[in-house]
Amino acid sequence: MTGRVLVGVKRVIDYAVKIRVKPDQSGVVTDGVKHSMNPFCEIAVEEAVKMKEKKLIKEVVAVSCGPQQAQETIRTALAMGADRGIHVEVTGKDYENLGPLQVAKIFAALAKKEEAQLVILGKQAIDDDCNQTGQMTAALLDWPQGTFASEVTMEGDKLKVVREIDGGLETIKINIPAVLTADLRLNTPRYATLPNIMKAKKKKIANMKPADLSVDIVSRLEVLKVEEPPQREAGMKVETVEDLVAKLKEGGTI
Amino acid sequence: MAALFKARKALALCVNGIRRLSQLAELPETHQILRQTCRDYADRELSPIAGRLDKEHSYPGKQILDLGAMGVMAIEVPEDLGGEISRGCASTGVVVSVNNSLYIGPILKFGTEEQKNEWITPFSTGEKVGCFALSEPGNGSDAGAASTLAHQEGDEWVLNGTKAWITNSWDASATVVFATTDKKLKHKGISAFLIPMPHPGLSLGKKEDKLGIRASSTANIILEDCRIPLSNMLGPRGAGFKIAMQTLDSGRIGIASQALGIAQASLDCAADYAHKRCAFGSPIGKLQGIQFKLADMAVAIESARLLTWKAASLRDSQKPFTKEAAMAKLAASEAATFCSHQAIQILGGMGYVTDMPAERHYRDARITEIYEGTSEIQRLVIAGQVLKEYQQ
Repeated sequence: MTGRVLVGVKRVIDYAVKIRVKPDQSGVVTDGVKHSMNPFCEIAVEEAVKMKEKKLIKEVVAVSCGPQQAQETIRTALAMGADRGIHVEVTGKDYENLGPLQVAKIFAALAKKEEAQLVILGKQAIDDDCNQTGQMTAALLDWPQGTFASEVTMEGDKLKVVREIDGGLETIKINIPAVLTADLRLNTPRYATLPNIMKAKKKKIANMKPADLSVDIVSRLEVLKVEEPPQREAGMKVETVEDLVAKLKEGGTI
Repeated sequence: MAALFKARKALALCVNGIRRLSQLAELPETHQILRQTCRDYADRELSPIAGRLDKEHSYPGKQILDLGAMGVMAIEVPEDLGGEISRGCASTGVVVSVNNSLYIGPILKFGTEEQKNEWITPFSTGEKVGCFALSEPGNGSDAGAASTLAHQEGDEWVLNGTKAWITNSWDASATVVFATTDKKLKHKGISAFLIPMPHPGLSLGKKEDKLGIRASSTANIILEDCRIPLSNMLGPRGAGFKIAMQTLDSGRIGIASQALGIAQASLDCAADYAHKRCAFGSPIGKLQGIQFKLADMAVAIESARLLTWKAASLRDSQKPFTKEAAMAKLAASEAATFCSHQAIQILGGMGYVTDMPAERHYRDARITEIYEGTSEIQRLVIAGQVLKEYQQ
């Protein structure tokens, strides 16, 4: 038992930024735009660090896939308490085409290589809202998964996970090793305090490429177009319920 | 040949300048992470309560403890951090700045190991804060005329006099005090002392009812036969004026950041309003009159910010930074009053009422041109440095 946890951290456009679509509709504007760690990834890091503080696990490894700037995100994870980082370098067109399946392959390979006990990810990223990486990683590793976790407790050699589902809360028990994805109410991420930021400077970040893990990151998907959502139009008032029903039928809504 | 040489030299200077400038345009990574932490904390925990703290004149005790836990109450120079904290709440910002620069600062630089252990360690967590007692009712800018006296009686120093306008006084557990030990030596006869609070012979005047930064306490400190051990002298005898001036140099960078925070908060408030408020059929941000104001505010802030970062960077590299610190404080405090004034103008009537933070920024900004060296004193410091550069 290595007691090692891999935590995925993704660098995304900051939640407070107003997104603009590129004029050629190939994507959104990222140059010069403020980026930060995906909020659900922050929650994932916090959970891992808490588990380490409770002595349930021994080492937290923060992993990010992307260009040079991904190291900033890893550094923030280190400042929150992760022990070391791994930067899987993906740049240029490869990075633009990087999606959940490739990231899942990378995480699966790393989990095996690092002999990890747990992989914790955010439930989804706020840029693509895919909500796929955790599930795909578990499938590739053939590990159980506890997704949308709002509470995680170690019970002996199993994990009890309370999951947020449409109908309410579902409690499951899964074996370790496992993949977890963090939901909003799992915890409140800590601030990166000055002493921890200074300690983080000494922590190591290893660099590697997907090829080093024998992972092929060719995308099977092609983005055809990115557009703004339609402008919100003014509503209209009607006098009676019959008028309302007629209008809705007219517009093809019902 | 000489011309070629000159041109090469000019090019080299230019390249070096560009490299230095680009290093300055972006803060190092650690600073960026810490700045983000402070910004998040200010947005989540300080902004929501700043209005109430101001109205009730209440000391932000819990927040100071939180900031202590984040390590912010005891960093060497809170350049960008003082700014981010002040963007949330200027009063909290000044408590942080005074504790760091004016209280811990001189002890760190001039104190013995025992003094550092006794007087710094408990003050780095936010549980205890310190203050800096230089000004008197009879002299603020004229710091060399300290009328507070200290004389030796056996194995004690005995202090008598009154200090005025002391920030943190009602919430502090210790103070650095400047008193004259040798009147004949004029400003070379001033020494620095450490006094715990409370302490026999030390009493506090009434809390001043201020225009702004109301959540921080400001009062007189009255010393009447206040007795302290000989080991409570900070630095050598007669070094007090030098200690005060050097401490204020660093403190200026902290106050410059505070002023920047207030200025930035004013711009944030005004720009947001300009998007939303409609007049003459469109958001007022479309009107050139408003745009000119926003542009002037942004330039004032960015220039003051770069000056502040430069002063901090010079200090970090242990290079002389007196002129740059004075320039930063001058530029930032004037930017704060300018921006907060314009913000109220942009908000119109809404800027005048407490529903919006603009009026608080206006009141908070005003003190930044006065304390830690008035704008007039800053100009004297800068002129002194400039004239020195051009001498012989």
